[in-house]
Amino acid sequence: MIFLTRKAEFSSAHFYWNDSWSQEENERVFGKCANRNGHGHNYTLEVTVAGDIDPVSGFVVDLKELKDILEREVVSVFDHRHLNYEVPEFGTAIPTTENIAVAIWRRVDGKIPNAKLHRVRVYEMPDLFADFYGESTHA
Amino acid sequence: MRDARPIALLSRRYHFSASHRLHTDAYDADRNRAVYGKCNNPHGHGHNYVVQVTLRGPVDAETGMVCNLGDLDAFARTNLLEAFDHTNLNTLKCFADVVSTTENLAIEVHRIFAKFPHARLERVHIEETGNNSFDLCGCEPPAFFMS
Repeated sequence: MIFLTRKAEFSSAHFYWNDSWSQEENERVFGKCANRNGHGHNYTLEVTVAGDIDPVSGFVVDLKELKDILEREVVSVFDHRHLNYEVPEFGTAIPTTENIAVAIWRRVDGKIPNAKLHRVRVYEMPDLFADFYGESTHA
Repeated sequence: MRDARPIALLSRRYHFSASHRLHTDAYDADRNRAVYGKCNNPHGHGHNYVVQVTLRGPVDAETGMVCNLGDLDAFARTNLLEAFDHTNLNTLKCFADVVSTTENLAIEVHRIFAKFPHARLERVHIEETGNNSFDLCGCEPPAFFMS
């Protein structure tokens, strides 16, 4: 078993808002992130897969294929978009770094040939990131 | 239907600058120099430390968060940065009886963030320089540190 990590980047706008709360409550909990004009980040995505090394190719996973999957499932959907308005998951879920990691896991899981998705890490900025290890870890 | 509360890990990095000197009264001067090398320089030296704390918990269905970053930053400012930034670590109470290695600093930082009330501490990672880092895992401080 070996782990392989591929990075991808996307730049998106978002804001934090819970429709069931008052404006005051949203501003109290989310602070400047509740500004409904939105703001943006350069996100860095790290997708780690786990698998065995193919004895012929020497690969865990074909890197080009993994890159294409991330491009199709994530980057083409998230990059230069407003997450709240243009990415379906965030029509209901608040696009926090945690929820972005969960959404990306659900988009990518099961689509990587010959390898198992191990971790999705999303950096909102270099000093803040969220990790998600899958649906088996629930409250 | 999916469980609405997946467990995620949230990591946040904090920066502070401090001086220290590695020295123990249990050794004589020669042995201190032999063990700690240039870190035993009598006048001390300093680092830009990076503290990375990882918290674990269910993603709250209402906020989408493991914990509120404002709460975490305020806690870090009060309990970590105001206590350590621009200090000489050796003068702090927590290093009165232990050497101010980054291993011991990690134990102290773990003790601090284990008290954060809004999420469970998963890991403390401290970078002393770009080449040295130390990790302390688990939600409980090491047993030997419990008093």
